[in-house]
Amino acid sequence: MIRITKYVLADILRNRILLAYCLLLSGFSWTALSLEDSTAKGVLTLVNLMLLMVPLMAVMFSTIYIYNSAEFIELLVSQPVERSQIWTALFLGLGSSQGMVFLVGMGLPLLVFVHESVSLMFLITGFLISWIFCAIGFLAAVYAKDKARGIGIAILAWLFFALLYDGLILFLLYQFSDYPIEKAMVGVVMLSPIDLARILLLLHLDVSALMGFTGAIFKSFFGTISGMVLSFAMLLVWLLVPFSLSLYKFKNKDL
Amino acid sequence: MIKFDHVAKRFGRLHVLHDVSIELPEGECIALIGHNGCGKTTLIKSLLGMVLPDAGQIMFQNQDVKQGFQYRQNIGYMPQIGHYPENMTIGQVMDMVKNLRNGQSKTDMELAEAYQLDKLKDKPMGTLSGGTTQKVSAALAFLFDPKVLILDEPTAGLDPLASEILKEKILKERSKGKLILITSHLLSELDDMVSRILFMKEGRIAFFLSVEELKAKAGENSISKCIIHYLKMGHE
Repeated sequence: MIRITKYVLADILRNRILLAYCLLLSGFSWTALSLEDSTAKGVLTLVNLMLLMVPLMAVMFSTIYIYNSAEFIELLVSQPVERSQIWTALFLGLGSSQGMVFLVGMGLPLLVFVHESVSLMFLITGFLISWIFCAIGFLAAVYAKDKARGIGIAILAWLFFALLYDGLILFLLYQFSDYPIEKAMVGVVMLSPIDLARILLLLHLDVSALMGFTGAIFKSFFGTISGMVLSFAMLLVWLLVPFSLSLYKFKNKDL
Repeated sequence: MIKFDHVAKRFGRLHVLHDVSIELPEGECIALIGHNGCGKTTLIKSLLGMVLPDAGQIMFQNQDVKQGFQYRQNIGYMPQIGHYPENMTIGQVMDMVKNLRNGQSKTDMELAEAYQLDKLKDKPMGTLSGGTTQKVSAALAFLFDPKVLILDEPTAGLDPLASEILKEKILKERSKGKLILITSHLLSELDDMVSRILFMKEGRIAFFLSVEELKAKAGENSISKCIIHYLKMGHE
């Protein structure tokens, strides 16, 4: 499996899109951090940027990559290699390359400018988000035979988690503002990896004071150690469940 | 050596294989023949584990194909249309396949040498002509001196010289007592190669006869005439 991963990684790292993506991320990060006068504001800009760009890039790149690797997969399947090894190797290659590019692009400037616990948190969540959306891309690519449809599903998934789900939460908050739904909101937030990451990060910035009572509830949950452990566990679930589903499907697919 | 036991497969509404049961013995060179879309490639792909049958069992040397993947070490497969990663060069593809099978140190470079793939080894697969891609497929199929060779339309797209080289290689491997399974529409080519004919019709096995039996039955003296005789019968 490691042998196949090496081939996948070598192929991905030659891709110029990935280099452009890395430069884009680091360009944004350096400017955001050097233009803002307070680091907290700079990090806030980065949080919003990261939660928009990293999932989009991960889900699109992995979906398209899987479709383009159809020949590679076909070649390997006729060799004495287990199917689950092929799929896992592809996932390891894509996830680690996306994660690495994120760490280089956003991590380096962050480590230079910000010396607070939030930067570590930022790097871990961004890294996990890269992997999670690779897994979602894998799921889209294995279920849709047609490339256009698969990419469409991937974009929809990103749109849903990055934009629509937020709107949905806001809507719920307003509609049920007379009821004590703050605790239920914690559960609702867990159902979207991006929102989960956002809240984890915002609570480590001073801006959480602006979030009012809901913010206080969130802080009392996500701010504690057990809350954080649960959140990261939930992010891992978001990584493993889509990937396991795609793996199961791939093992039972006609090629 | 290879045993299909009540294998069935459908793609959506299309029933490609109906209850196929057959045993392919060692040391034979078997021609798999039938109309377009009669399930030949599906049968081959299910043996390779690329297509998963809905029902039935395929045994390779008494081992269920579904239970493992190691059995594929003993198979050399040449696909009808080889699909390869476009940005990998010939050399990289060959090296990768060798690397994946590093347990098998003995390699048979005879075909690769005869086709002079060495000179082309830095060419990306995406830039190759159909015929050159077929040469790579052929070289890969024979590379590990496998016990079983599965050749899906091996000579389609090859120039006369290259297909002559391939035919000689097939005859040579046959004399070593390997099981060779060939599908081909070029019937005249089969005459001096095959020892048995497996005739498929609409996802079923119509007959599995040795060349002598077939000739006696059809009353013709060349395989191509016999086959045409049966293909026509199918149309009526």
